[in-house]
Amino acid sequence: MKELLEVLEHNSRISVSELASMFQKSEYEIEKEIERLEREKIILSYGALINWERFGNDTVTAIIEINLTPQREVGFDAIAERIYRFDEVKTVYLMSGNFDLLVIIEGKSLKDVANFVATRLSTIDGITQTRSHFILKPYKKDGIIINDEEKDRRLVVSP
Amino acid sequence: MSWNDKLSNSVQSIAPSGIRKFFDIAAQMKDVISLGVGEPDFVTPWTIRESCVYGLERGYTSYTANRGMPELRAEIANHFKKRHNLNYDSDKEILVTVGVSEAMDLAIRAVINPGDEILIPEPCYVSYQACTILAGGVPVAVPAKIENEFRITPEELEPYLTPKTKVLLIGYPNNPTGAIMERDDLLKIADFAEKHDLIVISDEIYGDLTYNGVHECFAALPNMKDRTILLNGFSKAYAMTGWRIGYALGNSDFIGAMTKIHQYTMLCAPITAQMGAIEALRRGEKYMKKMVAEYDRRRKLIYDGFKQMGLDSFEPRGAFYIFPNITSTGFTSEEFAEKLIMAEHVALVPGTAFGKSGTGHVRCSYATSIEKISEALNRIQHFLTKNKNH
Ligand SMILES: Cc1ncc(COP(=O)(O)O)c(C=O)c1O
Repeated sequence: MKELLEVLEHNSRISVSELASMFQKSEYEIEKEIERLEREKIILSYGALINWERFGNDTVTAIIEINLTPQREVGFDAIAERIYRFDEVKTVYLMSGNFDLLVIIEGKSLKDVANFVATRLSTIDGITQTRSHFILKPYKKDGIIINDEEKDRRLVVSP
Repeated sequence: MSWNDKLSNSVQSIAPSGIRKFFDIAAQMKDVISLGVGEPDFVTPWTIRESCVYGLERGYTSYTANRGMPELRAEIANHFKKRHNLNYDSDKEILVTVGVSEAMDLAIRAVINPGDEILIPEPCYVSYQACTILAGGVPVAVPAKIENEFRITPEELEPYLTPKTKVLLIGYPNNPTGAIMERDDLLKIADFAEKHDLIVISDEIYGDLTYNGVHECFAALPNMKDRTILLNGFSKAYAMTGWRIGYALGNSDFIGAMTKIHQYTMLCAPITAQMGAIEALRRGEKYMKKMVAEYDRRRKLIYDGFKQMGLDSFEPRGAFYIFPNITSTGFTSEEFAEKLIMAEHVALVPGTAFGKSGTGHVRCSYATSIEKISEALNRIQHFLTKNKNH
């Protein structure tokens, strides 16, 4: 059920009884459906989108463009796997265009991240080039505006 | 000295709005959850706002043609051709107005002579009566029945016909009941209008907010285009209430007459709003559909909530209102609304604000978030439990 997924993606804490009403199904049916979506790994996990900056955590995020030489039989997959198994690596995409992999890395400091790229990524066999870009300020993440100033300005009662 | 007696008779004869009191109480409270709002909780989709800003940057700040910008009229004509296979001439049969509010006023003033009667099914939006009276007409309320899910039938209209009846004014999907009219219902009304040679003013501002089916446009029914003044706008579907923009479609005589009044009293609709409206029609539909899908989920949630509480309501199929019957509580509509806001800080509007036939009902708007709807339902349940043996 696509619509159920859209609702959960936006608010995974919504109750089963609310979902049951919204989709005109029983709570049991909703529970079964969510279980199925989890089992089939359509729903991968339930997280919270956190404004870490506001919390006071100073992490550094970098986007790394990687060029590599594809390998016989496995193409890009084997190298991608070597990269995505590192905890520091948050996201990995295979890309079209001027580079092959886009990797997002989080670390404690600039030096930390630079060090990781130099010693762990660049040294992997088959990687021919890396370019690092550090994120200065997030404005919007996963569809959510980080500091949204828009609020309900309506009158409390109107015809 | 009071200047009251110097006011015009028509203004004096208009009753003050029944909503004001609840507004004043609610405005004092901090944690109030309002189900009393008759407008979307979404802000206008960004693409629409952005195009208006772009227009201002390029210096679009002048008056426009009285009838509205040609590009906007062309988009409106195009929309009705595509959606309802209706052909309106964008030069003669379309007028862009300052909301449906202005369009309603113009339509009534354009066709009503003093003493002419307008049939108005009730409950209905608050301005139908007032506009009629201000135009010197006589509003004739025709009660719609809950047994019929607040749809209106020719049999119910018939007894109210007189030789002075000139107009039938309908508004479906309906504010405050959430009622819609299916094609079969409307066809009967169309026959009735033809038989008695009535002008039909059809306020279809909630048309896009139709659930479990498609909206039937009255003007698209066989032979109805010519006798219908079709009113619609952007306030509800595109979350553009504050922009103040709508339009009227009709034959060139009606639209010409309305344009005459409009050019002297309003001149034109705001150019900023017209720019936004063009964008809404060109690229806004997918954002509108997303909002409609969200209203639909809230609708089912709130309908279920009232059902579980044992407050009778038919399933609303349009707009963003539900109109439960609260007579089982032993309270009148006003008492219910007043006690509820005092005890539980939930604002809603007594059905009587929309005409006598709203007696025993309250209007709840679900143009608010799922979280707030759930919390409001909890509070209402709490209220009912506490007042069980009232
Ligand atoms: C049924 C109905 N018609 C017309 C209007 C006025 O709409 P507009 O903002 O286009 O003037 C409203 C607004 O609440 C309404 O509910």
